[in-house]
Amino acid sequence: MLAILKNLRLLPLLLVSISFPLNAGAEEYGYPFDDPFVATVVGTPVKFRADIPKEIPLKKSSIKIFKDRITPDFLWYDDKLRYSYALQSGPAPLIFLIAGTGQSHDSATNINMARVFYHAGYHVVALSSPTSMNHIVAGSRTKVPGHATYDAEDLYRIMERIWETLEDDVEVSDFFITGYSLGAFNAAFVTLLDEKRQVFNFKKALLINPPVNLYNSISLLDRMLESIPGGVDNFGQFYDNLINAISKIYKRSTTVKISEDFFYQAYSALKLQDNDLAALIGIVFRISAGNMAFTSDMMNNYGYIKPKNVSFTKTTAPKEYQYVAYRLGFTDYFHTYFFPYYHAEDPSITREQIIEEMSLTHIQDYLKTADKIKVMHNENDLILKAGEIDFFRKTFGERAKIYPTGGHLGNMEYRDNVAHMTSVLAE
Amino acid sequence: MLMLKVTSLSYFAYKLLSRSALITAILLAAACSTTPIQEGDTPDETIFSAKDLYKKERIYKSEPIYDPWEGFNRSMYNFNYRFDKYVFLPAVDAYEFVMPDVAEQGVTNFFTNFRQIGTLINCILQGEGEKAMDTTARLILNTTLGVLGLFDWATDIGIPYHSEDFGQTLGVWGVGSGPYLVLPILGPSSLRDGAGIGVDTIVSTEIRDEIIDLSLEEKIAWGVLDAVDTRSNISFRYYETGSPFEYEWVRLLYNTKRKLDIEK
Repeated sequence: MLAILKNLRLLPLLLVSISFPLNAGAEEYGYPFDDPFVATVVGTPVKFRADIPKEIPLKKSSIKIFKDRITPDFLWYDDKLRYSYALQSGPAPLIFLIAGTGQSHDSATNINMARVFYHAGYHVVALSSPTSMNHIVAGSRTKVPGHATYDAEDLYRIMERIWETLEDDVEVSDFFITGYSLGAFNAAFVTLLDEKRQVFNFKKALLINPPVNLYNSISLLDRMLESIPGGVDNFGQFYDNLINAISKIYKRSTTVKISEDFFYQAYSALKLQDNDLAALIGIVFRISAGNMAFTSDMMNNYGYIKPKNVSFTKTTAPKEYQYVAYRLGFTDYFHTYFFPYYHAEDPSITREQIIEEMSLTHIQDYLKTADKIKVMHNENDLILKAGEIDFFRKTFGERAKIYPTGGHLGNMEYRDNVAHMTSVLAE
Repeated sequence: MLMLKVTSLSYFAYKLLSRSALITAILLAAACSTTPIQEGDTPDETIFSAKDLYKKERIYKSEPIYDPWEGFNRSMYNFNYRFDKYVFLPAVDAYEFVMPDVAEQGVTNFFTNFRQIGTLINCILQGEGEKAMDTTARLILNTTLGVLGLFDWATDIGIPYHSEDFGQTLGVWGVGSGPYLVLPILGPSSLRDGAGIGVDTIVSTEIRDEIIDLSLEEKIAWGVLDAVDTRSNISFRYYETGSPFEYEWVRLLYNTKRKLDIEK
């Protein structure tokens, strides 16, 4: 029965939400969790969230970007690129939102940002991450995501095409762009590209918790899975144990419905430690890595996971290919697929060069002088290597707002952060 | 006037539904194979393969979910996506457009209250006295003071809500879930739970017809309104998880969820 899926949707919450005793620390900044692992997994408890109305007139649409592209049967439903938008009734500025790693235009985080900016008076257009399945299938030229420049070109093309469909219906005063995590990294390169192309002439860009160097960040995220007791091979056992623990709590609890509240209860009862939380974060990113690599392999028939002479129908069961996909991390993808693929296109490029190019340090000179670009970040973000946070202070100076806590995106819904997001663009 | 709009919408949806039943029948006959298409005798070498990555003796394997009808299930999953896209969701949008929010909530409350009859029967069958008491109290309060269930006073005063179906009852009695089954329109289920839905539907329809005398058109309107209301309260959308392995994820989560439901 479909009704079950309503509750079932909440199950993935076990990977992203946890209730923890609130810490009293960090006096000036009132975000409640000092521990970056807790912050990243729990996010912002309801009573600390900014008070933004829930409802926005969000519409979904899709567009065929590459007319001649034939979508493989197995991915038939992703033939068109999907996006969502919410328009003001009168003239207003328009802001593009770019989702983080593997996430779609209507991911929970993107929708939250859409709510914030819509209620601050913006037209909002929300886009999927270049690393999301739908983008790889329908929006990426090379279909090998993770390349700073090519991903920016793809995003720019998509923005132009969406704008063509909207420009007759809306009055736009100025264009803005923002993104979180990898989406913030993308937004920086899109803004740079816009200086050349000048279609949008972005008035301001806001980068929320971007990585500095992609390779450093993916290495950190891959390593998080080592926190699973017995390593990544024991994912099955980890999952079963977690579900068993939750079901014991469920039986004992007074809650009768599996709801967000129940998960909060369950997680405080589970008393998860930092290494458990690291494992959960690692799992979420590993799922993104597997989805991305498998989709890219399907699109290019590269022979990374799926044999080249094997093709999938609409009803093929991926079976062992799924296990292989989830067994491989971002760094495996980088070394055995991404680098060889782009190396074949340009044999003069070295591994070290491409690692350097996939970083904000590569465009540091531009970022130093680009007054329109603002940064919002956290001192203890888990996707940054030790010391990397200083890059933002050095490069952006006053234009970087760095909070003492929040982990990776944990404080995005906290009221101070939400207020900062809109005020920094309105300056 | 409003009722007229809703009824004509229902009739429209009913016409579509009956046509889609035909498509379903065709799909049923054409259940597809789950094996990939391979050129030549052996698959080409890949950069990574299962045999390289997994050293069998070290691997802990979860009990696999029994899915012998996977070809049919995957076809049905695809059919449900299309049905959702072209019939169900447009109907839901139209419904949400014409209905004021208060009325939508009333409809939801009405059907939720009616379904409590089924929950009550299943609580009794499972020997769950406390749940049966809660459910009886809810039914009495909401049906009388709540005007046939349009208002949910029971929740306001804190009487716990339970949802028990015959699939859960069978589970409590020790019946295994049987093969995983993707039902047309209704979505992920299992042989046991699918049969449970059938039993629940027959029983509640019988009870309804004992209580109220409805014409055929009214029965159709009831069914369609129930379906549209149910769908409008479920935020799940097919093929929006962003994973090429969505079918596997949904199957795993369905199974986990039902295990928890039965243990409760």
